[in-house]
Amino acid sequence: MSAGVGVNLENLWIRFGDFVAVRDANVNINGGDFFSFLGPSGCGKTTILRAVSGFLEPSEGNVLIGGNNMKGIGPNKRPTALIFQNLALFPLMKVWENITFSMEIKGASAKERRKRADELLDMIALTGQGDKLPAELSGGQKQRVAIARALCAEPDVLLLDEPLSALDLKLRQHMRSELREIQKRVGITFIYITHDQGEALTMSDNVAVMRAGVIDQIGDGKTIYNDPSTAFAASFVGENNVFRGTVKKVIGNEVMINTNRSGDLMARISSNNVGKMKEGDDAMLFIRPEAFSLAPLGTQGDHFVTAEVHKEEFEGNVFNIFMEGEGGKEMKVSLPNLGQSFESHRGEPMTLEYDVHNAVALPAGVLATE
Amino acid sequence: MKNFSLMRISIWVYLALFFAYLLGPLVIMSVTAFNSPGFPRAAPWECLTFEWFSALFQDERILNGIKNSVLVGIGTVILSVAMGLAGALMLTQIWPKLRATYYTIIIAPILVPGVVIGISTLVFWDRVNRMLGLDADSFLSSGLFLTVIGQSTFIASYCMLVLVARLQRYDNALTEAALDLGASHAQTFRKVLLPFMRPAIASAAVLAFLASFENYNTTTFTFGEYPTLTIELAQKVRYGITPAISALAFIIVLLTVFAALFNEAKIRRQELVAAARKTATVEELETGKLRLPGFLSSNTAAVLLVVVAMATIAVVGTATVYSPAQCIADVKETKRLETELRIQELLQRRADEAARRAAEEGEQSDQAPATDATPKPSNDSGFGNVFNPGTLQDGGTETPEEEPENSGSGGVFDPGNLQSN
Ligand SMILES: Nc1ncnc2c1ncn2[C@@H]1O[C@H](COP(=O)(O)OP(=O)(O)OP(=O)(O)O)[C@@H](O)[C@H]1O
Ligand SMILES: [Mg+2]
Repeated sequence: MSAGVGVNLENLWIRFGDFVAVRDANVNINGGDFFSFLGPSGCGKTTILRAVSGFLEPSEGNVLIGGNNMKGIGPNKRPTALIFQNLALFPLMKVWENITFSMEIKGASAKERRKRADELLDMIALTGQGDKLPAELSGGQKQRVAIARALCAEPDVLLLDEPLSALDLKLRQHMRSELREIQKRVGITFIYITHDQGEALTMSDNVAVMRAGVIDQIGDGKTIYNDPSTAFAASFVGENNVFRGTVKKVIGNEVMINTNRSGDLMARISSNNVGKMKEGDDAMLFIRPEAFSLAPLGTQGDHFVTAEVHKEEFEGNVFNIFMEGEGGKEMKVSLPNLGQSFESHRGEPMTLEYDVHNAVALPAGVLATE
Repeated sequence: MKNFSLMRISIWVYLALFFAYLLGPLVIMSVTAFNSPGFPRAAPWECLTFEWFSALFQDERILNGIKNSVLVGIGTVILSVAMGLAGALMLTQIWPKLRATYYTIIIAPILVPGVVIGISTLVFWDRVNRMLGLDADSFLSSGLFLTVIGQSTFIASYCMLVLVARLQRYDNALTEAALDLGASHAQTFRKVLLPFMRPAIASAAVLAFLASFENYNTTTFTFGEYPTLTIELAQKVRYGITPAISALAFIIVLLTVFAALFNEAKIRRQELVAAARKTATVEELETGKLRLPGFLSSNTAAVLLVVVAMATIAVVGTATVYSPAQCIADVKETKRLETELRIQELLQRRADEAARRAAEEGEQSDQAPATDATPKPSNDSGFGNVFNPGTLQDGGTETPEEEPENSGSGGVFDPGNLQSN
């Protein structure tokens, strides 16, 4: 992977009046990375992106692009190109004029522009559609034109603000892999914003999980999924079952939690929280649906859970069981379909087993509400 | 069912009345432009003539007025659209928070009577002129300058309203996108915002020109040595109006119809082209083989436009070769005859009177044959009206109305008749 131009956010604060939209963000994005900001709506993702592209001056802290402080440098002078949440294609310009707008600004001739437009149109698989107007394109085609327009400016950093949110599922999946393809080909840094965790995990080298202006965790997809460092990250990324309780005993990297409804359970302490959990602290224990397996009914122990089955659902590759969970929420268990018979246990208790390594213990915190 | 049709009929009647009310005066005025009498009237129809058009084009003052109006119009369009655009940008982009206040301030000139604007412009610039120590004939006190400035104070507000309406549909992300792609603010304005505003700017310009062209209230105070068309017309009307003014009105109506049809045809064509492009395949677009619909196909406005244009050309063509001299001469002759006849009649009546008096003075018995003649008045006509009972029975006022009937026989011995036949 080429070196590329990195982006650093240093102690970045952004306030709108009294409202803090971004609180002390510190992020190092490596050159050539596909980096995602993942968080629920309104958590400040767009705000960060606007600070990087230069539409917003940080209230405090710095934005560095390729090691250079961007303070006082306007958006038209930064080596970034932004793909807007609503694309913002110029409605009166033809597709090829849209794509090569950045060249027109620099005074390139129509012939040069045409040539470059054709190359980029080939790349985004819209060969020969350069003479259409944006209004004459489909949603996915517009999407690709917006990408081509940004790439034509030859930015060092491409910023994408939920570019796929308006597309239907099929197209979104297709565009995900296409974006990743393009990123690999051009080798520049992509900063991608999304509130779709699937999107973030499949495409990114690294992900920053955001909550209400705060960056909870930065890491690659696997780390974020397997080793979340806050209760919010654990509950926002992927599906997770939560058990609330208090810390009973800390044993090295593992902890016994006295859960409110399933007695004492063992779990691994998330790596960012090792040494931070003490006896008597409020804690949360997270076990993913696929981390469970069936156990003989009534087995007791610190990695067994027994609960009543509420609902069962056959999904093909997995069999989902929804059991009585905490605070009215159901606990989800997904068992892989390996040809075994799934007899209905609706209304009956069932005992499940998990590997202590697959259960993560975290200090109690805010959960993602979804 | 019956109610329904009654309803429909009344709607149609209403529409007919409404349009008659709207367009009737224009139609009548246009007709008077082609009628020969020296005072504009549509009836009685005398002769088809184009002389009022040539009279119009020979009228120095009107031509000068048109020239001044166009000059003022151009100046006003430039100034008003520029100020309106600045105001609109201010309102939507720069100070969105001060909107309400700013809006009120900028709309105020529309609410101020034009007369007040005219006077205040005059007074204000006179002061400025004096403060700068300039002569009375400096540029600042020129009628052209004052009129443009005075009209623009309120016409700029109209323009702003038109432009704001369009700007409100502008997506600011487009500006940001352009900046982000490296454009300067000036480039963004020129390449993104201005093209977006173009249709509204065109509308505002047309509006400004028309408002300027028809303005009287403000101009009447500021025109100085540059009387515009409205001023000239107003002054003319004071000394009596000729059909040349109808001819001018007709030309303006025709130009308006042209402009409206042209605009309509253009819009329709754009729609058709857009529809054609939408259904076009990639190959068609790529090879440029896309068959765009013809200008006239399914475009009523375009067809009408062509028809009106051809009719105009035909009429102008006819006008250059057509000479109403003969007809006018005929009409003149008829009128002369009428007048002559009237004079004769008058003379006869006097003679009559004299004869009657003489008869009364003579014998009373003469009255009997006179009453016998009453049942067959038409027979008497051959004898001249010496014994016409009408003269005796009725008042003299009715005689002129009978004159045309009598003129056939009365004019037999007129030498003028021989010439004209
Ligand atoms: N110009 C502004 N003035 C005041 N508050 C703002 C402004 N822009 C954003 N905010 C606030 O900052 C917070 C973060 O906004 P932001 O647009 O960054 O959210 P986001 O994470 O991009 O959300 P979404 O996924 O819905 O796009 C929101 O609560 C928003 O109300
Ligand atoms: Mg956003």
